[in-house]
Amino acid sequence: MEQKLQKQPKIFSKVPPEEYFVSGHRGCVGCGEALAVRLVCKALGPNVIIANATGCMEVVSSQLPNTAWGVPWIHTLFENTAAVASGIECGLKVLRKKGRYSNENTIVAAMAGDGGTADIGMQALSGALERGHRFVYICFDNEAYMNTGIQRSSTTPFGASTTTSPAGKKSIGQLTWKKDLPSIAIAHNIPYVATASPSYPFDLINKVKKATTMKGPSYLHVFSVCPTGWRSAPELAIELGRLAVKTGIFPLYEVENGVYKINHEPSKLDPVKDYLKLQGRFRHLSDDTIKEIEKRVNSNFIELKRKMMCDDMRVV
Amino acid sequence: MAQKIGMEVSIALGEAAKLANTDVIAAYPITPQTHIVEHIADMVANGEMDAEFITVESEHSAMSACLGSAAVGARTFTATAGQGLELMHEVLYVASALRFPIVMTVANRALSGPLNIWGDHSDVMATRDCGWIQFFVENGQEAFDLTLCAFRIAEDPTVMLPTMLSLDGFHLTHVVEPITLIEKSDVDKFIPPLKHPFALRPDKPVTMGAFAPPFIYTETKKIADEALRSSKKVIVSVWDEFGKRFGRHYNPVETYRTEDAKTLLLTMGSYSETAMVAIDNMRTKGEKVGLIHLRLWRPFPFAELKQTTENADNLFVLDRCISLGGPGGPVCSEIKAAFYDSQKKPSIIGFIGGLGGRDMTPGDFEYMTKRGKEIIQHGTKNEVEMIGVKE
Amino acid sequence: MAKSEDSLTLKDLNLGCVVTEPGNARQYKTGSWKSKRPVTDREKCNKCGLCYIYCPEGCIRVNNKGYFLSNYEYCKGCGICAHECPQEAITMIEEEEE
Repeated sequence: MEQKLQKQPKIFSKVPPEEYFVSGHRGCVGCGEALAVRLVCKALGPNVIIANATGCMEVVSSQLPNTAWGVPWIHTLFENTAAVASGIECGLKVLRKKGRYSNENTIVAAMAGDGGTADIGMQALSGALERGHRFVYICFDNEAYMNTGIQRSSTTPFGASTTTSPAGKKSIGQLTWKKDLPSIAIAHNIPYVATASPSYPFDLINKVKKATTMKGPSYLHVFSVCPTGWRSAPELAIELGRLAVKTGIFPLYEVENGVYKINHEPSKLDPVKDYLKLQGRFRHLSDDTIKEIEKRVNSNFIELKRKMMCDDMRVV
Repeated sequence: MAQKIGMEVSIALGEAAKLANTDVIAAYPITPQTHIVEHIADMVANGEMDAEFITVESEHSAMSACLGSAAVGARTFTATAGQGLELMHEVLYVASALRFPIVMTVANRALSGPLNIWGDHSDVMATRDCGWIQFFVENGQEAFDLTLCAFRIAEDPTVMLPTMLSLDGFHLTHVVEPITLIEKSDVDKFIPPLKHPFALRPDKPVTMGAFAPPFIYTETKKIADEALRSSKKVIVSVWDEFGKRFGRHYNPVETYRTEDAKTLLLTMGSYSETAMVAIDNMRTKGEKVGLIHLRLWRPFPFAELKQTTENADNLFVLDRCISLGGPGGPVCSEIKAAFYDSQKKPSIIGFIGGLGGRDMTPGDFEYMTKRGKEIIQHGTKNEVEMIGVKE
Repeated sequence: MAKSEDSLTLKDLNLGCVVTEPGNARQYKTGSWKSKRPVTDREKCNKCGLCYIYCPEGCIRVNNKGYFLSNYEYCKGCGICAHECPQEAITMIEEEEE
């Protein structure tokens, strides 16, 4: 469906025109995460307060005396973004109650990378989701600690070579499978969890908008291609995001009040090799390892479909 | 004026947070801070206190949630102790750098390991350089009074700094003392509403927490240092105003029977009252001893301290914390540094005692006085003088 | 307008080092980073604006004739617009040495 849309003229009008993450940011050439942030900000709109973790997007956007942010924004530390957002949400709530803040619809958003979410920020995130604050948490997953120089995180995919999971004579690179963060968020029984990708901008924008309407926490996991860390051509950032969906490596789905829905379901998954071969971080992988990855990706996708079908039956 | 009521000091601190119209409390339970936050939770649950209590999952998140709440301009309070303060450590620096007037009670507790839940000053001394205003209180009434003052000082438009109030775990937090509360209407007159000039608001977007490369980081620290130093005049004037309004007077440095004293003891926190008993005992034996009680720790009251020691020959400092492998105790190191450039200065000897809840009796202070004089007379000294070690 | 790095002093810093000019990063021109620049063939362009949507810099703007054009002051030359253009209307050409 997305591809048909792309051939229509004036599809730009489907995207809010205002920019809240502006030109002049210092993201790398072809940064998929900067694009993801830009689109997420368009969807969030101006009535928002953002808490941002330490990481690539913080560093590229906020060097004194400049800011790339057109909305109120605070960065404090690496692992505490969900907690800062908790404080913002409760602060606004009590100020409203006491008549010192009249804006009813201000959205509270938290943004962090995969390290700031899956690793060092996991505890603060879990606490905030469990407490039920009304906020949107967005994890921009570029699958490693890119800001510090491409070290592995718990969301680095199996087989990827990073500076702390290098491929070598006795290693194929990352030896663990990507931590399933959306499932962890789902386990908190929050109203809305979704995966999204800037390669599918309308889906991304719709999901952000939907997340902001929830009465409790929502969690968005956004695929963020990193040409620098993945050793891929900058112009391929969108293409890679699309291939990740088509191969089943990064399925687009949402879970609303516990009900699964796959938003983009290919009739047949493309070979994972189509995706892997465009990236230097996977260049060393043997055909056997690629097969192993494909097997895992397929079984994960079947599992996701099973969850969705169970929900379909429940709904019926 | 309200009557004196017997109450646990922790309860009085909760009452102070309520009277101050605190908007948000984010706290994580840790002994011996728990009674403070339990009382606040009770008051919120009963509708006696109109606030949001965020039951965070760690102290790191407690202070982080405080950052968020302060960033939108809500009056913010928390309390912690020992390990909790250490877990907050990196967040403390951000609170002061962002100039958030958060008020925090620290129920002073020793640090692991080995685990020890009882009082000493190791926790707060490790946060010495975090850019917060820091006081140590001596008793329950002072804890209540200075909590109210803390909000007023922290939120003063010329200050806008987080403020930490230390009180000794158990020795103060868990004791019942006669405390005079203050009428709500009087507190409202004393603490005006908080107004943060740059609170996060969609209609006036600002960026908080932009990073500072080498070309401007030094300047940020210069400003932070000047802000903390110049807060002293506001601290003094707020304490002064509090005295005028409510009749209880507080100064950065207090003295007890120092007029003709040749030997001075220096203490912080609740042990000052024990030391006073020892001073009285020694005075009856004809010794010219007196006590300096250091209330304000940051900004350090250099001038006030020096005034109190003008006529003394000896100054014996008690530290309830040890700088392992270093010069002894952190307070004594600072006192020595404060006097280094002075023409006339007392002989300064540091002692370490009262660690991990170990009692310091009046007898221990008398020992400290005797031992200090011995050291000066004979010129021999252990590298670190620790009181009451069972060898 | 915020001062440049060289002329910034402590007097220029707000309380808490807050930055009060939203989006003033626009002062920082990233256009010098690029080695190639996108050039649009207006014969082929159907004015769909996909290039604008996909630009990580947010530096593509529609002109009064409905064409989407890169602002070279910010364009870093990633080539996403050229790669994604459904009409193949955008070409990346080498920046000339100055």
